Amino acid sequence: MSTGTTKLDVVVSDVVPVNDLVTRFHFRRRDGELLPTFSGGAHVVVEMRDGERTRLNPYSLMGSPLNTSEYTISVRRDDVGRGGSLFMHRSVKPGLEMVISYPVNLFSLDLRAKKHLMLAGGIGITPFMAQTAQLAAEGGNFELHYTCRTASLGTYADVLRERYDRRVRLYHDDRDERIELDRLLSSQPLGTHLYVCGPSGMIGWVRDRAASLGWPAETVHFEHFAAPQPGAPFDVELAVSGKTIRVDEQQSLLEAIEAAGVDPPYLCRGGVCGQCETNVISHDGKFIHNDHWLSEEEHRSCNKIMPCVSRFEGRSLVLER
Amino acid sequence: MAAKSIISRPVYGTLSPQPGKHHLFIADTEGALAITDMARTAPASFFDGAEIVFIPGPGRKHVAALEALRPAQFHEAPSFASLLPRLRQTLANAHMGLRLYLAGTEGLIGQAMQVALEAGIDHTSIQTEHRGSLARRMQCVHCKGITENVTTQPAICSHCGLLLLVRDHYSRRLAAFQGVCINAEDRSEIPPMEEIFR
Repeated sequence: MSTGTTKLDVVVSDVVPVNDLVTRFHFRRRDGELLPTFSGGAHVVVEMRDGERTRLNPYSLMGSPLNTSEYTISVRRDDVGRGGSLFMHRSVKPGLEMVISYPVNLFSLDLRAKKHLMLAGGIGITPFMAQTAQLAAEGGNFELHYTCRTASLGTYADVLRERYDRRVRLYHDDRDERIELDRLLSSQPLGTHLYVCGPSGMIGWVRDRAASLGWPAETVHFEHFAAPQPGAPFDVELAVSGKTIRVDEQQSLLEAIEAAGVDPPYLCRGGVCGQCETNVISHDGKFIHNDHWLSEEEHRSCNKIMPCVSRFEGRSLVLER
Repeated sequence: MAAKSIISRPVYGTLSPQPGKHHLFIADTEGALAITDMARTAPASFFDGAEIVFIPGPGRKHVAALEALRPAQFHEAPSFASLLPRLRQTLANAHMGLRLYLAGTEGLIGQAMQVALEAGIDHTSIQTEHRGSLARRMQCVHCKGITENVTTQPAICSHCGLLLLVRDHYSRRLAAFQGVCINAEDRSEIPPMEEIFR
């Protein structure tokens, strides 16, 4: 059960290959009405019915928040991932009826900022597509620094350059172009807010440097788009529901709980929002915490787990669910 | 030390050195002691990147102690109003990495914070420490006039003359506590006036 959100019945109105790895999907409401309003940085959870299996993956909305006649997402194909992106690339065609969640924003702009400094890495560009459109419409002050592997894999780099010209700066890994981060962070006017979305190494690097250079935590916003990591299968006892379930190698604990017919709360499915936080009743083994929600102390205490991204290795695990 | 009552009533902490490239301190009289106390735990070269703006008040107490910290810049001002243009200029030209430290009376902390908020600094990222008088800056909700250094309960509005109950209800935007007429039903009813914000 997605907390506080209802579902939207949509139809895939267009599927557009963007480059070798990325494809864009357009959704419209089946009843022809407008979709709900959203703000830049919001995501939707897409339900993927793949035979016996249902996957629920979050994707940032990348269209302009001013246009709610359709939602658009861009999906990067991950050949070694858990299969969600491959399903989207192979099986989702125009005309397919799908179900998505209402939009939820865990990466919103702080509109009190005097300036918005955005750092994107790879497919982490998608939330900034919506945020830049929102800010440009309001005459907002922003600057986007976008790192991609090669020019041909610089998803939407051409579109962004055309729309915003010099407000967009591109860095290509294959040309050895690197953001001069310390210089960039030290030359921003007071009242700037920083936004970063990309690989977790990049997010960690940017947050570290920003903190050292005196950026208060309230001015640094980030979004991990890490999918649940696969791992060794493990068994879990759900004490409240009286069920024992097995979590497969390619399945998240949350997905396994849902597959057993138990409906826990969730929102982001990416380890950041805290909705699916679950109490541990007993355990004999080791937790593999992959979330950004629980504190380090909570991770060590072994009293809680975030089933959307975290796993377990060991003899037994009993959850209050 | 200010006691916690309702949620809008500001609470203050203890100054501590923050990571950053520039450190701007604004203090009045007793606030100097918060800075010298903090200096004992600050890294060796901390004040090389610091500016201290100080309103010493009569007697220029604590000026020597602050100068002894050898900040990159030290500026003495006779009043908050007199340092305001300089503060606005400093913040307008500042970059991210500047950290703000406010120490002294509530009136000073509140008014400096008001300017900082306009410059885009979030109030939660400002270091504050209350020292000295508990005298309040109060806004009369009836005539909107501000009365400085209110020490009594109730207090007389220095603009419209109404007798006001000084509430804990505080506005960061106005940098003032709210004063509401205490005898609106019967103006002849005059509750005793006590000096409580010393």
